[in-house]
Amino acid sequence: MPIDLSSLRDLDRLAAPADEALRVGVDDRLATPHRARRRPRGLGFLVDKALGPLLLLGVWFTASGLGWVDSTTLPSPGQTWSAAHILIANGQLQEHLLISLQRAAVGLVIGVTVGVLLALLSGLSRVGEVLLDSNLQMLRSMPILALVPLAIVWFGIGEEIKVVLVALGVMFPIYLNTHTAIRSVDAKYIDLAATSGLGRIGLIRRVILPGALPGFFTGLRFSVAIAWLVLVVSEQINASSGIGYLMTQARSIGQTDVIVVGLIVYALLGLISDTLVRFFERRALTWRSTLQSR
Amino acid sequence: MALDASVPLTTGTRTPERVREPATHAVRASKVNRSFDGRGVLEEVSLSIGNGEFVALLGRSGSGKSTLLRILAGLDSEYAGQVDVPERVAVAFQDARLLPWARILPNVTLGLRGQRAHKLALELLAEVGLAGKEKAWPKTLSGGEAQRAALARALAREPELLLMDEPFGALDALTRIKMHRLLRRLFLRHRPAVLLVTHDVEEAILLADRILVLTDGRLSLDLPIDLPAEGRRQAATFRQLRAQLLTELGVEDDDH
Ligand SMILES: Nc1ncnc2c1ncn2[C@@H]1O[C@H](COP(=O)(O)OP(=O)(O)OP(=O)(O)O)[C@@H](O)[C@H]1O
Ligand SMILES: [Mg+2]
Repeated sequence: MPIDLSSLRDLDRLAAPADEALRVGVDDRLATPHRARRRPRGLGFLVDKALGPLLLLGVWFTASGLGWVDSTTLPSPGQTWSAAHILIANGQLQEHLLISLQRAAVGLVIGVTVGVLLALLSGLSRVGEVLLDSNLQMLRSMPILALVPLAIVWFGIGEEIKVVLVALGVMFPIYLNTHTAIRSVDAKYIDLAATSGLGRIGLIRRVILPGALPGFFTGLRFSVAIAWLVLVVSEQINASSGIGYLMTQARSIGQTDVIVVGLIVYALLGLISDTLVRFFERRALTWRSTLQSR
Repeated sequence: MALDASVPLTTGTRTPERVREPATHAVRASKVNRSFDGRGVLEEVSLSIGNGEFVALLGRSGSGKSTLLRILAGLDSEYAGQVDVPERVAVAFQDARLLPWARILPNVTLGLRGQRAHKLALELLAEVGLAGKEKAWPKTLSGGEAQRAALARALAREPELLLMDEPFGALDALTRIKMHRLLRRLFLRHRPAVLLVTHDVEEAILLADRILVLTDGRLSLDLPIDLPAEGRRQAATFRQLRAQLLTELGVEDDDH
């Protein structure tokens, strides 16, 4: 007897925790027609984007210039700048940054690969669906960082644990979004494939995969954000290298300026990686944006 | 509609018999029954369509037209009865149903391979007035253009049987008239057997060699149309046919 998995899924969607920070979203744009968004271009676009951060910087300058905040609580922009300068000059920042980048990249690649494979298995075969989906849907309700103690027991506190945690964190949004996207490819295109003489491989290659690509990219955006989040935490818990370690070490000797440098580096990494994903998304999904550019 | 895991991966219990060299008939269906949840939607439907014959299928909404067409297209396997269709069957749907993530040319050649198919697709696109649109994205096409691309896609399969489910239903009246002419021209040129499902009585009279009416799951009328290929609207019997069909469909002819 076929099991109605959709109702099961809905049930644990209801039961999902309200832990917003680590909750993995599913893009509901998939269900509704994509609406054209107006995207400002050129100089106006830059001003729009940069205005907020510039204001914040202004507040920071003013606050520390007028002595509203103590420099041991929050260093001034100048102090932060020179701390960054020193860290770059002695090569520490680059060294730790490189290690963090490596961990994030390896974890991301593994997590994305595994997530996509699992999504294909459970999206394309009933057996896969039965075996995988309810388990993964159940696991996703768990905040990934709750795994840290167990992961330490299993993997020790070496390099693996950081990569494993990132990969795990990355896998879920990729799996969930790609799986949902595969399952919601419109049945009318499946009919079309059947009447066009596309075989099973053709159906997957020409219809299901391209149809699921928007969902995959949504998952990827979540994933990249989660990769940094998991990395920050795991590098602060137990590490002897990486930006997170640099910040923990600075904390123990009260160097708030180095902590702020670390924060800014993380912020930049997040921003750059998200921009990169969006760039590739736009490239891969030109067919979706044709209405916008018309 | 969402994709159910079982849809693409399991084969149904029945599929129409694909006949390699149909002698005289493209479609032979006898005693086809189909019910949904115990409710009979098609009951003992038998029909045949000759090679190169243009048949229109009329019927009220919910009478089972799409159900019958889906069975002939091999999209529905839960029927009882015997159905023979030729090897090459093409389907045109009410929505043009172009894959939005593929450009026009790959949409037209979908499922086909080789230089020949590529060449034929280009010719057909030109024939339906879409030369130069090969690289366009489906979203940038107008409704009529998309439907013409869908026609090109159907014909690129060189079908022996072309099934169409209200292909012009979503088009405006002007575009519709143009599409009728185009379809007629394509039909005369490529000569597939055609089953055109439509709501539109005049469309059926203008295009078909024979009109079938489906009433509550049974074929209630089988009407040959002996009109010249051109200028049918001016024919003396046009209004009479129209009135007869409207009555059969349970609608009073208000054209008096
Ligand atoms: N998948 C399905 N499940 C249950 N009932 C169905 C299904 N498909 C069709 N039906 C029912 O079968 C009947 C015939 O439907 P069908 O789509 O064939 O009608 P139709 O003649 O094409 O109507 P229309 O002109 O409105 O397109 C309808 O009452 C419909 O509710
Ligand atoms: Mg219908």
